[in-house]
Amino acid sequence: MKVHYKINGKDYEFDIHPGKVLLDVLRENGFTEVKGNCYMGTCGACTVLINGTPKTSCTILAAKINGAEITTIKGIGDILNPHPLQKAFVEKGAVQCGYCTPGTILSAYALLKQNPNPTDEDIKKAIDGNLCRCTGYVQQIEAIKYAIALLKEGR
Amino acid sequence: MERQIIGKNVEKIDALALATGQPVFTDDINLPNTLHIKFLYSPHANAIIEDIDTSEAEKLRGVHMVLTYKNTPQVYHTTAGQGWPEPSPYDTCMFNQHVRFVGDRVAAVAADSEEIATEALKLIKVKYNVLPAVFTPEEAMKEGAPILHEENPQGVYDYKKNLVAHIEVKAGDIEKGFKEADVVVEHTFETQFAQHSPIETHATISYLDENGRIVIRSSTQVPFHVRRIVAQVLGIPVSQIRVIKPRIGGGFGSKQEIILEEVCAFVTMKTGRPARAVYSREEEFISSRTRHPMKITVKIGAKKDGKFTAIRMYALSNTGAYGTHGLTVASNTGSKTLPLYNKAPNVEFVADVVYTNLPVPGAYRGYGATQGYACLEQTVDMVAEKLGLDPIAIRKINHIRKGETSPIFEALGEGREGVVQYIESEAIDKLLELGAKEIGFYEKWGKKIRNGSKVRGVGMSLHMQGSGIPKIDMGSATMKLNEDGSVNVLYGGTDIGTGLDTVVAQIVGEVLSIDPKKVIVYPSDTDITPFDKGAYASSGTFISGSAVYNTALKLRDQILEVAKEMFGEQDSKDYILKDGFVISERSGKRVSLSEMAYDTFYVKKQKQIMAVGSFVSESSPPPFAAHFVEVEVDEETGIVTPIKYVAAVDCGIVINPELTKGQIIGAIVNGIGYALTEEYKFGENGKVLNPNFMEYRIPSSRDIPEIVPILVETYEPTGPLGAKSVSEININGAIPAIGNAIYDAIGVRIGSSPYTPEKVLKALKEKNK
Repeated sequence: MKVHYKINGKDYEFDIHPGKVLLDVLRENGFTEVKGNCYMGTCGACTVLINGTPKTSCTILAAKINGAEITTIKGIGDILNPHPLQKAFVEKGAVQCGYCTPGTILSAYALLKQNPNPTDEDIKKAIDGNLCRCTGYVQQIEAIKYAIALLKEGR
Repeated sequence: MERQIIGKNVEKIDALALATGQPVFTDDINLPNTLHIKFLYSPHANAIIEDIDTSEAEKLRGVHMVLTYKNTPQVYHTTAGQGWPEPSPYDTCMFNQHVRFVGDRVAAVAADSEEIATEALKLIKVKYNVLPAVFTPEEAMKEGAPILHEENPQGVYDYKKNLVAHIEVKAGDIEKGFKEADVVVEHTFETQFAQHSPIETHATISYLDENGRIVIRSSTQVPFHVRRIVAQVLGIPVSQIRVIKPRIGGGFGSKQEIILEEVCAFVTMKTGRPARAVYSREEEFISSRTRHPMKITVKIGAKKDGKFTAIRMYALSNTGAYGTHGLTVASNTGSKTLPLYNKAPNVEFVADVVYTNLPVPGAYRGYGATQGYACLEQTVDMVAEKLGLDPIAIRKINHIRKGETSPIFEALGEGREGVVQYIESEAIDKLLELGAKEIGFYEKWGKKIRNGSKVRGVGMSLHMQGSGIPKIDMGSATMKLNEDGSVNVLYGGTDIGTGLDTVVAQIVGEVLSIDPKKVIVYPSDTDITPFDKGAYASSGTFISGSAVYNTALKLRDQILEVAKEMFGEQDSKDYILKDGFVISERSGKRVSLSEMAYDTFYVKKQKQIMAVGSFVSESSPPPFAAHFVEVEVDEETGIVTPIKYVAAVDCGIVINPELTKGQIIGAIVNGIGYALTEEYKFGENGKVLNPNFMEYRIPSSRDIPEIVPILVETYEPTGPLGAKSVSEININGAIPAIGNAIYDAIGVRIGSSPYTPEKVLKALKEKNK
């Protein structure tokens, strides 16, 4: 079956098997910036924004969200023009292996859109579904707080 | 020496690529015509495959190969990616006719898509002769227990007793030591099966290059060992294999194993097509690797003044169905713990490593020391209590100091005799003092501050680890100078997310006085970079970093030699390198590295300025860490909550504070998970009941306490620019420190990890009887 999405601002049409989850459809079509593997929605590595809300793409049937607007990590900034959150993660030592990083940043991005002045608890809650085995979260939380400062300065 | 580049928070060189989702991981490239590999696993804990019929599966459209023990090489090898000669037994084939745990591999299908491969697995018919199984080392060692490895593998101590290894080392006279003691304490503690849980699972893709050689792109910590072991299994020369390590999504030891590489390479070799195998999260739990569970007994004798007279440690290690890392992990349980208390002249370490019909433990951050400290550091507290000393005081009396040695260093290495070592850098007393101050140890300890049903307590523990494996681990590097004064560094080391590539850039930057951005680091590709043992044993900065340091010094010598020629001077002893220039302090002449490269490429004395160097260590300088934790125990629910965690760490000179902090905090949080929630649950038949993150709980952002890392710098003369390791040591503190803190809060000792609410409530109930 055919599905249409707007991904990172561009229109796409994919011919998919109706049983496929969004994560696989995205990766098979070159959006390998979306990581994954647990297929239970528990690790959060595959997080994308669907109509602005962070969702685990491994638990969403691709067919079910036909017409949706999808944002991957490349949709908020790329290696030539990184988003302040991406810059902050780099600067604050919040990237170790980096496998969880895109998903975590997208969860933080969605939080900051809704609430530009989150508390530490708000931040922890927002990235609670993005498991990280390398950093121990402390530097990620510091990075998100630093990004808030960068965004306020308009950097 | 004035530091220019090291000691600074240079940004991790690959961090922006990772944060922007560049295609850097193994599975991020998609080769056309790829065969997807899926595995069939044994549903039985111990069985012989009597008959296996793959004909229906083979008939399915899109299936190209079905692999079983019948059509794959029956080459006994070890999956442990260790140095050679290998200390782990040769007890594994690509596929075994005798399957030894629920999750052991029975067959694999290579098909045009994952869906077809999965479908084909259902069509394989297997007839098993189910055998009795054993799940604990005690059962497995009993007379008449089923023998797991009837083939009597090379490297196994006594296969008839399922005994993979037996270790016994002694120093002094242990019985005399206990007789001389005023108090003797014996304590037994059990640790559990646990999973490394890197967020990227195991992934391998393989393909033929244009000349028919096999290229393996794999998420591995040990590319050169992969090449050697795959060559062994496939019966082809190493020259026919190239192993590429892309970015790795975490390893922590689990990727120090050859699990998917040989299967992918075999499929590619037989079909000529690219092959891909990626483990699911469930496969990661049931069929990759775990931590060795151990039952450890520590007996300590001490005089009234607190000085230890004797320490005995016995470790009973469960190595599951295969003996990978069995001997060496158990060796480290003694060798990385007992030298810490070298004031005890009489020491004994004994270990038994035993096969059982459970999943396979392998290397895991901490590597046996984690298990050893879990018991040792609680026993030390028990001795202190008996003597009326506080936990810090007793450690100050007994810990090893700079200039000192321990007989254990020489007696026990990794799976063989060790080497004589003297401590050349150490700041334990300072670690103890700063850590105690930060947590408020003396203000809180013994106070049992209560708030309703919740009681607070504090606890601590002390640790050492090592840096690389002495006289075994080797690393090497090559580097060359470019026209813009930049330097290409090709080294065999394996950055698995730790930031080693960045540390390497800083070391080169420091030696040559150039911006680390001008250091282009290219790590471990077995065709291109020189050899390195890989990322394990806390050896990244110490071994690989030293190899790079040695090579940079050689490049520096060549640069000075060329400068001498360019300046027309007799000797170069007054030359310095500064910000990309060579400057003669005597004549004031200066030349930039860029001009020098142009000159040597195109104008005069034409040659490539290029160096190669290696490093092998004679010692394994230990980093030290003192951990302090404040916990809250709810006596109604049994829930233990860490409130604040302090780690004071001596890892020598700190090359990159932010990366070092990341290693410390990451290890602490992994340790907290191991101490409180992470454990395998098994059914009666040995099946893993919780193979997912829903039921196997690793910490999330909301589970962490306030964490304070304190770095205390020392200078390690045997390390690169004074550095030692930091990657493993900080996983060792959570179990003993939290255990000691629980005791401080509620006066009970729980005999095994994790400290679950059930165990806490049970212990409280028994105490109140």
